[in-house]
Order: sequence, then C-alpha cells, then structure tokens
Amino acid sequence: MTETPALMVEAIGVRKHFAGVEVLKGVDLKVGRAEVACLIGPSGSGKSTFLRCINHLEKHDAGELLVDGQLVGYELRNGKLYERNDKQICAERARIGMVFQRFNLFQHLTVLENITIGQVRVLKVKEDAARARARELLERVGLAGRDGYYPAQLSGGQQQRVAIARALAMDPKLMLFDEPTSALDPELVGEVLDVMRDLARSGMTMIVVTHEMGFAREVANTVYFLDAGVIEEWGDPREVLTHPTSPRLQNFLSKVL
Amino acid sequence: MSTDGDGSIKVVPVRHVGRWVGVAAALVVVAMIVHTLLSRLPTGQRSCQGVGASRVCHAVTEWRFSWDIVFRYFTTSEILHGLLITLELTVIAMAVGIVLGMVLAVMRLSPNRVLSGSAWTYTWFFRGTPVLVQLLVWYNIAILYPRVSLGIPFTHVSFLALHTSTTFTALEAACIALGLNEAAYMSEIARAGLLSVDEGQVEAATSIGMVRRQTLRYVVMPQAMRVIIPPTGNEVISMLKTSSLASVISVIELLGAATNIYSANYEIMPLLLTASLWYLLVTTVLSIGQFYLERYFARGALRTPPPTPLQRMRHDLAGIVARFPTRRGVAGALER
Repeated sequence: MTETPALMVEAIGVRKHFAGVEVLKGVDLKVGRAEVACLIGPSGSGKSTFLRCINHLEKHDAGELLVDGQLVGYELRNGKLYERNDKQICAERARIGMVFQRFNLFQHLTVLENITIGQVRVLKVKEDAARARARELLERVGLAGRDGYYPAQLSGGQQQRVAIARALAMDPKLMLFDEPTSALDPELVGEVLDVMRDLARSGMTMIVVTHEMGFAREVANTVYFLDAGVIEEWGDPREVLTHPTSPRLQNFLSKVL
Repeated sequence: MSTDGDGSIKVVPVRHVGRWVGVAAALVVVAMIVHTLLSRLPTGQRSCQGVGASRVCHAVTEWRFSWDIVFRYFTTSEILHGLLITLELTVIAMAVGIVLGMVLAVMRLSPNRVLSGSAWTYTWFFRGTPVLVQLLVWYNIAILYPRVSLGIPFTHVSFLALHTSTTFTALEAACIALGLNEAAYMSEIARAGLLSVDEGQVEAATSIGMVRRQTLRYVVMPQAMRVIIPPTGNEVISMLKTSSLASVISVIELLGAATNIYSANYEIMPLLLTASLWYLLVTTVLSIGQFYLERYFARGALRTPPPTPLQRMRHDLAGIVARFPTRRGVAGALER
C-alpha cells in the first residue's frame, strides 16, 4: 500500500525551451489536494506553457514534475528514468481535465456528444450511462436542455461551460484552466467564473491561468506570479495582490487592476 | 412623395441594365444550341407519294445529330456492358485511391522522416509519370515479373507462386494502374483536409486522453471530410472519364464498346454521342450524391445548413408568386 501523497501537483525546477529560447527557467510550485492555485503574469511569461507541461501536452526538458505523486511522462525504475509510451501518457492525461482559452469544442459533434465521446471512447463507459452523466453535468453548468445544439449555435460563455462539462465527464482529479475567460465578451465572463467557483467549492483541485484578479483573490488558496519563466512571487492572494513586494509584480498589478 | 393607399412609401428597385443585356445574349446562345441540336439535313433523296397529277414529292431529311441512331444504341447490351465495366473500373480504382491516399496522407504527416519521405516519394513518382504510361506498364508487367510469389523477402521461401500473364487480366491491370495513380492525387487532397482542422481540436482530443489513432478517427477525420469531399467528387467524375483510357489495353468499357460498334458500321458521331450521354448521365447522378454527402458532413460547421435544390426551388417559386398581390394567399401557402 502506498499512502496518498499530500500534494496533487509538485514542480521542482521545471525548465522548457523552444528553439533556443528558454520559456521556463526553473519553476517551483506546490498544489495540495482540493486547493486552487492561480497563475498570473504578463503574456509570454510561460504560464500557458507550464500548464501544458502538467498534462504533458508539452514535454519539459529538465526538472521534476509530479502529479498525484507520479512523474509526468516518465517512470523511475532501478534508478533510471523510462519514458512512458503513448498509451500510458494518454491514460494519465484522461484524469487531468483541461479547459482552453478558445474552448476547442468538437465542432462536428452536438453538445451531448462532446461530453460523451471521451467517456465512451477512452473510459469505455456504456453509451446510455455516458449520456445520463452528460445530462447531469450540463445541468450542473446551467445548460440543461442544450443537448442537441452544435457548438457554433452557442455563445462563447455557453461553449466554455460545455468545455468544462466535457472535462468533468472524465472524472478528473485535477482541472487545468488556460485563460478560460480571455476569449469571452465581458458580460459572459461571470457565468463561466460562477461555474468555476462552484467547482472549487466542491473540492476540485484546480490550477487556473487567469487575468481575473477578483476571481484569484476570492477563490485561490495560492497565487503564483510568473514573469520571464520564473516564479517571481507567490503566496496568499490577499497578501500577494494587495501588498506585492517585488517591483515587477507591483508594475504588473498597476497595469491590470 | 408618392405613397400607396395605406400610407407606406413605394420602393423602386435599382434597374440592372448590364445584367439584362447579359441575359439576352445568353438566351440567344441557348436558342442557337437548341436549334442546331434539333436541326435536320437533307439526304439528297426525294420521297414521292401518289400518282399522276396528285403526285407530291419532298426532300428527305434526317437529324443532324442522328438522334434516332444515338438512342437505338443507347440501351444495346454491348453499350450497357461497357457502361458496367466503366462503373466497375471507377468504383474499384477510386476505392483503392481513397484508402491508399488516406494512408499516404497520414504517413506524410507523421513525425517519422522515413514514413513521410516514403509517402512523398510515392506521390512524386505516380504524379510525375503519365497515367497512360502507367496503364501500359501494368498491362505488360509480365515482361518484368513473369512469376509472382508470396514468401519471405530475400530468401527462397515461397508459399504461393503464380504466373503473371495468366492470372493478371487487362481489367485488373487497369484497376491497379488507375487506383495507384489516383492514390497519389487523393493523398494530397486528404492531406489538405487533415491540415485544415484546427490544432486546438487535436489538443482537446489529446487532453481527454485519446491516443493519436482515436483523435484521427473521431475528431480530425470527420471534420476534414468537409474539405476532402468536394475535390474527391471532382476526382470521381474525372476517374469516370479517365477510365476510358483503359480501352488502349483492350478493356472494353463504355468508350471501347462504342468504338467497337462504329468501327463495324461507321456511325462514328452517333456512337460517340451515345457514350457521351451515358457519361453525362452518370456524372449528374454523382453530382447529386455529392451534394447530399457535403450537406451531411457540414453539420455543426454552419448554424443553418444550406437548402436542398428542392427547398430552394420552392422558395424561389414562392418569391415569384408573392410578387402578385392578388395571389398572396397562394404564396403564403407555399412558404408554409
């Protein structure tokens, strides 16, 4: 029996470069179970890249990245790191929900099919059970009765809520949000944040890349300020956002607040 | 300001003078075509009826396009058999082309250099040599390989051996030649389709744990179809006609059957017309099929699907009827 690790996500000195440019220069981060961490920072600071490393959409070059006590993408046996094969990586990924800035709903599938396809094809759930679960989730995100709509027929806010339901259908232990409200009209931001707030209250572990400082202050347990590939400052949101110590965070906050 | 009885202002639409001139010119051309198609020519003979003073004579004429002969041969067994071979060739060659083309497109997009390089080389070779040459090569393949056998490469172990010249018919050679050539073109069409699907779709599929094969099958392919189908319809129609090249390697398809008949009776034009009419007829059926296939795969891409031609005709008709105020009741009924 292995005991359940206390931390859901642990990053130690995570590095990543694209074509010679170092995007992440050693990122350290700890997220406990049922905790919410918000990643803030200027564009190009590596927030999204770091998030994508967590579910191995990007491969990190150096450092250690653990999700639920397991190395992401690798396995440690007899003092050697073995790269996991596609199937193992996909199985890991299925339990990490991801919500994208541009929703990325499957355009050719109805709302209901968007939510059932992962259950049926990946988790091998029976079609009926998957549909029942999908309807339940649609109700939870406030979209009951929109089963037969295609994504193009929905507003941005509605699409993003379907995307959250799609991720939740995989019964994830961790949810990643990559600027979930950045592509939305201002009046639609609230409905998506409401769903995320409920989700956090229900005990979901979440990492949220966001520019919504109000949301970060209210919901996050910890806020991380990422700038030029390093965590410049982190801590309790009320502390970090109201009394920033580093000049860079002070500068950043003066622009966004 | 002039107003109607009910107080609303009358709107005078813009007159499109250029458009009306164009319509008139187009109508003249259409009239000329119909006229020549239905024209008759004198044969140089005269036909007379009656005797003595009541004898009446007039010049004998015949259709310029010999429609009577065209339609006499239209459903003869030779022509119908040729048509069947043409359809068979088209279906088999396209099936080979589409399946192999898809495989080549996926290979071409593989991160593995050997796979993508092989796919590129295939396309380079089969697109770079004339299809007629390829037909002749496959027809004469027995010269290069008198025997084919199934076994382990580079050893003498063989499970099955066949004589090429006896087991490989001209029709099979044509199917293979046209199919392999088509695969080269289809692979480019399929590749364009795969590339047209947004990267975000792949990421979303990956993020819910789908492996590459599942992502391709359930997410990318269905969306790529929207881009793949129109040019593929083009290829099917093109193949229908390209299959007539098979007549040079003694496959008696539609054109081959027509040629066989006119080489015996010298009715060259009528038989070429017979074959052409069949090609047109099949193309028409294929185009209708393509329309509905496109409509099916467009689901989700548009908020409202485009109307079918029938729906459009009904709508147009309703629009015309609606112009006549007294018939407003009829227009309303049609709209509904």
